[in-house]
Amino acid sequence: MGKVLMKGNEVIAEAAVHAGCKYFFGYPITPQSELVAYMARRLPEVGGLFLQAESEIAAINMVCGAASTGVRVMTSSSSPGFSLKQEGISYLVGSELPAVICNIVRGGPGLGNIQPAQSDYFQVTKGGGHGDYNIPVLAPASLQEIVELIQDAFDIADRYRTPVIIMGDGMLGQMMEPVEFGEYSEPIGQTKDWATTGTRGDGAPKIISSLELDAESLEKRNEQLQEKFALIKEQEVRYETYEIADAEYILVAFGTVARITMNAIQKARKHGVKVGLIRPISLWPFPDKPFIETRNKVNGYLAVEMSAGQMIEDVRLAVNGCAPVGFFGRTGGVVPSQEEIYEKIMSFAGGLPV
Amino acid sequence: MTMKTVFKKTSGLTEKPTHYCPGCTHGVIHRLVGEVLEEMDILEDTIGVASVGCSVLSYEYFNCDMTQAAHGRAPAVATGVKRVLPDRFVFTYQGDGDLASIGISEVIHAAARGENITVIFVNNAIYGMTGGQMAPTTLVGQKTATTPFGRDIHIQGSPIKVCEMMATLDGAAYIERVSTHDVPHIQKAKKAIRRAFETQKEGKGFSMVEVLSTCPTNWGLDPSESLEWVKENMIPIYPLGVYKNKVGGK
Repeated sequence: MGKVLMKGNEVIAEAAVHAGCKYFFGYPITPQSELVAYMARRLPEVGGLFLQAESEIAAINMVCGAASTGVRVMTSSSSPGFSLKQEGISYLVGSELPAVICNIVRGGPGLGNIQPAQSDYFQVTKGGGHGDYNIPVLAPASLQEIVELIQDAFDIADRYRTPVIIMGDGMLGQMMEPVEFGEYSEPIGQTKDWATTGTRGDGAPKIISSLELDAESLEKRNEQLQEKFALIKEQEVRYETYEIADAEYILVAFGTVARITMNAIQKARKHGVKVGLIRPISLWPFPDKPFIETRNKVNGYLAVEMSAGQMIEDVRLAVNGCAPVGFFGRTGGVVPSQEEIYEKIMSFAGGLPV
Repeated sequence: MTMKTVFKKTSGLTEKPTHYCPGCTHGVIHRLVGEVLEEMDILEDTIGVASVGCSVLSYEYFNCDMTQAAHGRAPAVATGVKRVLPDRFVFTYQGDGDLASIGISEVIHAAARGENITVIFVNNAIYGMTGGQMAPTTLVGQKTATTPFGRDIHIQGSPIKVCEMMATLDGAAYIERVSTHDVPHIQKAKKAIRRAFETQKEGKGFSMVEVLSTCPTNWGLDPSESLEWVKENMIPIYPLGVYKNKVGGK
């Protein structure tokens, strides 16, 4: 299969099909509606099932049901709808059920608007629902990267029995780029002996539940979950660096914003400012390593986000006071321009407040 | 003289002792469901979905694969299971707070889609687990922790009659309301549960049995007074009978 020109939302859907996902439960919301419509068309072709739920709440709970049978399953939404899924996501974590959930983030809070944003960073990386938990979050910056990360997302979900979030923004969902899909993959060979599919031929009844009425039992369960999160932190960190070998200043950005910063970096370098980029691909676990390696060498970091400053908190934790951390962000669905990022780089490098 | 077994515990339930209060009919309803699953020989092909409320631990009592759902969402979870495994039997077991209040949307849409699942809906006109608060099915005038002066239609509105409402949906194939206040009614309740699972077996669509039940603890009555209360106060408001039957037969 050669390269095809597709819209981001459709790439997410097709990549999921290629990753062996045959079940999708969704609810329409802009700017991810093409994803739902694509699945409605596509899944019957591969012997799968698309079902439009009556709400995002119902959709995530249908995902819980399908996941409990051991199949690869997905749902998607955008910010307000993603908020509604939080209860179900907490149950997925508590019941240790694998699933992939996509959030094509739009401007908030409240109904906000339908323009691109990254202001759900806290919500996706810090738990989001009730209870002590983290979920692996992958943030693609291009349509080709979506193809890779969707496959990874389903593999991580199965490997650790956890929901995995794909976080994009409205721009990623709406843009068109040529992409190439690999072979169709069957789910990697874990036997899901925990799945509730009826007991015929497999012994005693199984139970999928997140309830532990006894405090010490629930604490033990939490400790087991924390061990799993620690393992994910060790194994599933993903990031990319750009021009950091000689960098005196490092920008930090993810998703589509990272692409815009790369042009600004090239322009700043032409003007003699040695600047590079760290692009977190896994937002949780956050990539501390490239910061630890650079924080005693560089003059400062500049976090660039489509929010009022959320990822910057993780940047500060990773930098741990070793260098100044500046911020530039646009909110409300405004996409920062290459020119304004360039100007912020120049002021930051010139010692001016940003 | 040969000994004949006239009664034994159903293999549809586990050995675990239930946590239900004395006089609560959840135990009876569990047994009826367990017996039907055993008699239809479908225990190994069944996945039950437990809800939130007094019956939250039902996953420990039904002797089949079980999944525990968030409050009110059992019909959505059951939908996910059934759509992946259409040849298995899938049922939910929900109380009136779970189904008729927070989960009314999920159960209505499951019925509207004609989901081929069975819902066992236990209506005792009160929230039991949380300590006796008003449910959507609480009777007018009934005192609860949150209607200390009695349910007032001008303040809290009127009870929701779930069977009557669900029967209006084309996707609902079998809807019946039964009671557990005496032995003849318990026997009728079992027949209704059996018909609901047979509806699912025949692939006819959504089936639901509403079972009128007791809550001696939160009603402040003893067990026998509670059974009488169901008969005298609940049945006139929640008439028993078949509200929808696409399957035919009696």
